[in-house]
Amino acid sequence: MSDFGPVQMRVPVLTVRRVDAYYAITVVAPGIAERFRSGQFVSVAVGGEHSGLLLRRPFAIHDVKPDYGGTVEFLFSVRGPGTAWLAERRSRDLLDLVGPLGRPFPLPRDPVNCVLAGGGSGSAPLFPLAQALRRRGCRVDFVLGAASADRVFSAITARRVAETATFTTDDGSFGVRGAVTDALGRVIEDARSDVVYACGPMPMLREVTAVAVRHGIPVQVAVEEAMACGTGVCMSCVIPVVGEDGITRMVRSCVDGPVFRGERVRFDDVGTIPFDALGAPGWKARDDRDGIADREAG
Amino acid sequence: MTADLRTRLGTLELDNPILAAAGCAGTGRELAQFFDIARIGALVTKSVMLEPHAGRPAPRMAETPSGMLSAIGLQGPGVEVFLQRDLPWLLSRGGRTVASVAGSGVAEYAELARRLSAVPGVAMIEVNLSCPDPAAQGRHFTDDPAAAARIVHAVRSHARSDIPVFAKLAADVPDLVALARACADARADGLSMINSVRGMAIDPATLRPAVAGGMGGLSGPAVRPIAVGCVYEVHAALPEVPIIGMGGVRTGADALEFLAAGASAVAVGTVNFADPSACVRILRELEELLEERGASAADVVGAAHRPMGAALGR
Repeated sequence: MSDFGPVQMRVPVLTVRRVDAYYAITVVAPGIAERFRSGQFVSVAVGGEHSGLLLRRPFAIHDVKPDYGGTVEFLFSVRGPGTAWLAERRSRDLLDLVGPLGRPFPLPRDPVNCVLAGGGSGSAPLFPLAQALRRRGCRVDFVLGAASADRVFSAITARRVAETATFTTDDGSFGVRGAVTDALGRVIEDARSDVVYACGPMPMLREVTAVAVRHGIPVQVAVEEAMACGTGVCMSCVIPVVGEDGITRMVRSCVDGPVFRGERVRFDDVGTIPFDALGAPGWKARDDRDGIADREAG
Repeated sequence: MTADLRTRLGTLELDNPILAAAGCAGTGRELAQFFDIARIGALVTKSVMLEPHAGRPAPRMAETPSGMLSAIGLQGPGVEVFLQRDLPWLLSRGGRTVASVAGSGVAEYAELARRLSAVPGVAMIEVNLSCPDPAAQGRHFTDDPAAAARIVHAVRSHARSDIPVFAKLAADVPDLVALARACADARADGLSMINSVRGMAIDPATLRPAVAGGMGGLSGPAVRPIAVGCVYEVHAALPEVPIIGMGGVRTGADALEFLAAGASAVAVGTVNFADPSACVRILRELEELLEERGASAADVVGAAHRPMGAALGR
């Protein structure tokens, strides 16, 4: 209902293309394009109206263009029957999209130096972010990693948008052999980066956060958790995050994230309920039980 | 002519029989981004507990054929936050609110009933009985009709008398009709059925259970025939007890199926995850189906139990 909230739309496919090892689908979705801010995602129904594949697939938005009133592009690799169905879509097919979903990357007020670190297709949301940062006069440096050369994402675009673009591959088939985090420290020093933005698998985000903390600069991470709804209803995608009040809560990646301050995410405890999390087994409301309830109630 | 969709659940009269099911409608705010929650018959809250609960570890969910397996563990902020934050918001939007309650024993359920009755605005209490009973090695209250009856009786005794109390039942119990009868005898004003069905999915790569803790609850269209069967059997045995039917409702035709089996209202659950505007779409589809028949919602309740020829409406 809100002008800034997500919308649900049946939208026509404009193009389906191969991009390296990935597929890219562009849809005409003005309502989503006009609301979009970088870091947000769409969730896409797969398999058709009577499909036994019930759950939507979440995809970070990779690009938004003003063509046809507003287009939205997302990327994916085929991992199962749902993404295989998506890869078979053709121009003019209709897709059921909900978006834009999630909290976007916060943008700096001043023109600061930003390093953007991504792994594989997790790099997708960093590209519209790079554009938004450039429009604010920020310096952008990319560090993109992947398993192999064909999984390094949009190298040409990265080189065009950024001041520098560093690539790493596990097998050394492109750029530097190693992980994103092996190269990140040096880029931060060379570019005198003020902030890190990162997206990718959880172990990578943990390492990126550690590097940023060592350099004493803030880090914003976009997590990729499995989701059933993407709208905040189902509570499938929770991770332990420390709030401003120092209390750990199990928060939803879809609506409280996917972007979090890296230092606030308890990476080592993802997949568990930390004993000191609000409402954990054995958790005792401390002396200020009413205070906590009041704060939760906002 | 538009169909008369009104329905009655005990003393509670609703404008229409489509509800959003417990745990599948968030706090209401999430779905309100997609439709006006005042348009549906009522919204059932995620189960409210006395204290905050962090729930189960991840992974909490796995997709299964025509459904999903989940083990969320009733994550929630506790009754105080519900009363201060969520209930006032629901009321401000004109939403009819059914409060689902969950606890670990008679005392907790009774306290919840008392707290929810102390403020205006809760239209009904739904008692989630699919919770571990610490006195019975963690088996669910639904596994023992006597244990379920004690909980229902406690809630009914402590809830304000004008608030109907419905007992939510699970399908995977030894004798569902006996459980339903025990709850009705304990003065439940009605029954909600079914909760998710216990099951497991195993990840073929890791050969480990796909949700943490192993067992989860299966929901979605995969369980619909089980749910329709449960509603039919219980309505046949206890025709005077109103039922909220649920389990895999995806379309207006599915909702009509539950009404015909004997439900007076129908809750939409897992499909809200897939289609956030499902409740209003299903309501519209149901209305069209009833118009085609020239029937009201009340006309078709229990139609499947009537002789051939009599089942088609007025």
